[in-house]
Amino acid sequence: MTEFLQGLLSNINPYILQIIVNIGIGIVLALGLNVITGLTGQLSLGHAAFMSVGAFTSALLTIKLGMPITLNLLVTGAVTALVGALIGYPILRLTGDYLAICTLGFAEIVKVVFLNLDITNRALGLSVPPANSAIPMPFVVWGVAILAIILVSFVYNSRFGRALKAIRGDEIAAEAMGINVARYKVQSFALGTFLAGVGGGLYAHFISYINPSDFGFLKSIDILSMIVLGGLGSIPGAVIGAGVLSAAPEFLRFMANYRMLVYGALLVFMMLFRPNGLMGGVNFTDMVLRALGRKPHLKTVLQNREVGK
Amino acid sequence: MNAQGTHMFFQQLINGIALGSTYALIALGYTMVYGIITLINFAHGEIFMAGAFVGLLLVATFKMNIFAAMVVSMLVCMVLGVLIELIAYRRLRKSSRLSALISAIGVSIFLATLAQMIFGANARSFPDDAFPVRQIHIGDADISTLQLLIIGVSALLMVALEYIVQRTKLGKAMRATSEDYNTAALMGINVNMIISFTFAIGSALAAAGGVLVGVLFNAVSFNMGLMAGLKAFAAAVLGGIGSIPGAMLGGLLLGVTEVMGVAAGYSSYRDAIAFFILVLVLLIRPTGLLGRKIQKKV
Repeated sequence: MTEFLQGLLSNINPYILQIIVNIGIGIVLALGLNVITGLTGQLSLGHAAFMSVGAFTSALLTIKLGMPITLNLLVTGAVTALVGALIGYPILRLTGDYLAICTLGFAEIVKVVFLNLDITNRALGLSVPPANSAIPMPFVVWGVAILAIILVSFVYNSRFGRALKAIRGDEIAAEAMGINVARYKVQSFALGTFLAGVGGGLYAHFISYINPSDFGFLKSIDILSMIVLGGLGSIPGAVIGAGVLSAAPEFLRFMANYRMLVYGALLVFMMLFRPNGLMGGVNFTDMVLRALGRKPHLKTVLQNREVGK
Repeated sequence: MNAQGTHMFFQQLINGIALGSTYALIALGYTMVYGIITLINFAHGEIFMAGAFVGLLLVATFKMNIFAAMVVSMLVCMVLGVLIELIAYRRLRKSSRLSALISAIGVSIFLATLAQMIFGANARSFPDDAFPVRQIHIGDADISTLQLLIIGVSALLMVALEYIVQRTKLGKAMRATSEDYNTAALMGINVNMIISFTFAIGSALAAAGGVLVGVLFNAVSFNMGLMAGLKAFAAAVLGGIGSIPGAMLGGLLLGVTEVMGVAAGYSSYRDAIAFFILVLVLLIRPTGLLGRKIQKKV
């Protein structure tokens, strides 16, 4: 099994493989933030900090305990979710931009604390040994990414997800309908940070070197750009956004120095021409069903309506 | 506290006020823009960086006087700020606030990279004779002419801003627009012009801050905008975003605490101190020190 999978990987250009794995990690991270910002409407500018908590937890679990990767990722996710809930509990009382700046503040604090702790090896960062796993890392990453998509899809259509959407729509109205706003907010924060932690763990084992400075403000912004670019609150949007933005810097690499210049301009133009994101306002399920012919096209629906008149 | 202790305290207080005034100058731009169009203008830190570079260029290459260079740099950044608003934000005014935020981040990445390409990745410094630095003794503490310059220029600019906002017709229009955008438009105020004006003023203040910080730390680099911008934004929120005296108070408070924290031996935590204070204050006063209470309605 292991040999077979490894043989499969050896046929792929390692450069392309790296991009594909980066997209997988990006999807897990973007979905996590999508639960907090897209679904619940709480703007977080500190997602990378939770990724960093996850990355260091996961790396230490492998280094100190040699834990198998599946268990490792679960424990990592749980630890990060706990940290997320502890931080989220006091600050989720704040609204709008005050919350945003508070998450940003926490992210900076986490970064500086990690830069000063002995266990995270201070500013030198940690070298992460290969994951304790029979399955090669790229498959683990994509397995987790697919599981994350399924998990978040279930959440979207569950009672819990509907409560979160109600909070996004209007907090006071949601509270009047009997939704415990504070509790649901903390739970959504915990779920989002769980995915951030798992994403961080995957990142640590794939890149095999982590440094607190890698998880700064710009990383949080990267993840936020993914979900806004894809269309806030949309799962296919988050996946597409993660794909485009994880791959874009690589595809722009031929421009060498101009790369980040183009990236910045691209963000501005994308927003100017599609302010709601690539998938904003698109119902993906309907689109797929129409393409498969399981649901009539919009044009036919409209025509039938005309005829009915 | 013994004599040595008081001496240290006053010395650090002066250092803190000098640093804090520069934070306050940048924070004013954030708070004014936020007050009018509720946008966190992430490109503001890069305008500050651009101001520092323009000042450096004028002083080092064209041998200009530091004050003249500061004025020219403020004018250049005014144009830059207005252009950014025109290109990247105006069309997004009606769409979701997050789209405008991402657009602002795009502008910020663009400008920082552009500066890196033009001026290189290494920090540049002002020529030694840019400003004659001498130490002046006041009581126990020393104050350098540079710190006096920074505190003086910042105070002057803030008084000028307060005058414009409170006493002129344009300022009245600005306050009206920030109170209620639509009603202000109905009253015949040219809101587009007012928004451009706000960006111009905010950018000019940031440019002045850029030149001052460049001389103070004797280093100008393409990435100086990020941390300064974040801290200034924190200062604006600390004081209560949208409030002009709040931004001044927040900037000074952050500057003083940061310098005191470093003096107390927490220098490796330097960048976290500002945010620690911010989080603490927000937990106690959720809308900042001088922020207006937000009344929530359905």
